[in-house]
Amino acid sequence: MAAPPAVLAAPPAAVSRESTAVPGSGAVLAPPAVTVADLRADLVRGLWRENGVFKQMLGLCPTLAVTTTAHGGLAMGLATLAVIVASNASVSMVRGWIPTAVRIPCFIVIIATFVTVVDLAMNAFAHELHKTLGLFIPLIVVNCIVLGRADAFASKRPLARALADGLGVGLGFTMALLALGVVRELLGFGTVFGAAVFPAAYPPFLLFVLPPGAFIALGLMLAVMNRRQARLGV
Amino acid sequence: MAGELALIAVSAMLVNNFVLARFLGICPFLGVSRRMESAVGMSMAVLFVMTVASLVSWLVQRLILAPFGLEYLRTITFILVIASLVQLVEMVVQKTSPVLYQALGIFLPLITTNCAILGVALLVQQKDYGFLQTLTFAVAASLGFGLALVLLAGLRTSLALAALPRAFQGNAIVLITAGILSLAFMGFSGLVRG
Repeated sequence: MAAPPAVLAAPPAAVSRESTAVPGSGAVLAPPAVTVADLRADLVRGLWRENGVFKQMLGLCPTLAVTTTAHGGLAMGLATLAVIVASNASVSMVRGWIPTAVRIPCFIVIIATFVTVVDLAMNAFAHELHKTLGLFIPLIVVNCIVLGRADAFASKRPLARALADGLGVGLGFTMALLALGVVRELLGFGTVFGAAVFPAAYPPFLLFVLPPGAFIALGLMLAVMNRRQARLGV
Repeated sequence: MAGELALIAVSAMLVNNFVLARFLGICPFLGVSRRMESAVGMSMAVLFVMTVASLVSWLVQRLILAPFGLEYLRTITFILVIASLVQLVEMVVQKTSPVLYQALGIFLPLITTNCAILGVALLVQQKDYGFLQTLTFAVAASLGFGLALVLLAGLRTSLALAALPRAFQGNAIVLITAGILSLAFMGFSGLVRG
């Protein structure tokens, strides 16, 4: 398990930079003056401190399903990133017109629209990838992270902040999937993005590529993170 | 025919268990498995909604989307069907059976974003199932979901009393337990081909 600390070394640095900004400081209903500090806080929050996968245990279905290889994880992450950014932006732009009582169905339709766009675009331009990810592309609709950001953040914030938040959360999700994909592919096949890392004598450890390995790998990664955090005294 | 249906049932329930092999419905699997009662309640609600939702979306596909060549609207249509169906079921149950509503009520809203429901509706189209096959598939899939959920709830009840290393407390050990459960379910994989 040498890989996880290396992969996850970047985010804590980002957190410490962000710690000066007050989270949710834009929640007041006064005319929103968007500052650069706000935008940076929005962008950075989703990367690590409120990471959907590692911290909130959301969106786990695609996380576990498509991360048999680093490639699959990265592709799924980027597809979801595109949907989050687009849906956050749209929800933020129409936020004044949607009645509170029916907001969830409205958000779902907006999200489903962008998922359909991504689905069709991927089928046309990256057909092989579309076949690998299969069912989990349309299932981005029910990824709790996407709906959660639309409802909890984008529906109450101006466009720029919703975009920054979508970008941050989407990148955080992509990073988590990439990390899990790298770990599983490395342990399972001894490769990363198809390039051999371990010597050819490394016997494929199929457990990590099979379904049980997804649960176990993520569980182990969480345990390593818990230990790191305990050591750092967070 | 009966043999084929039995094959679909065993495959959906055990071999390709929705939670443990296909990774559908992980959120409720981890979310409501802390207590046995809520696990059973959630399983019942899923059984109910999944069966109805897959049949309704099958009808929508056959009677509306396919004849008019609107297959590209499938994702939007199905999620809307499911969301409105959940709302409808909630209202009907509330009016007709307060007892059932008390048991299932809090789980119903959560089901809209349970990807297993949309997953079944989409898988049925992918596999081009008929009506009876769809019914069998949905019932078996939700029973498999319930089985996995109840098993994990039982394991977590025991885990709550175990002395765990600090780092593994919380979600880490639950995921690893689910992994071992999934490993056990892989033992079924010889039962059905494909």
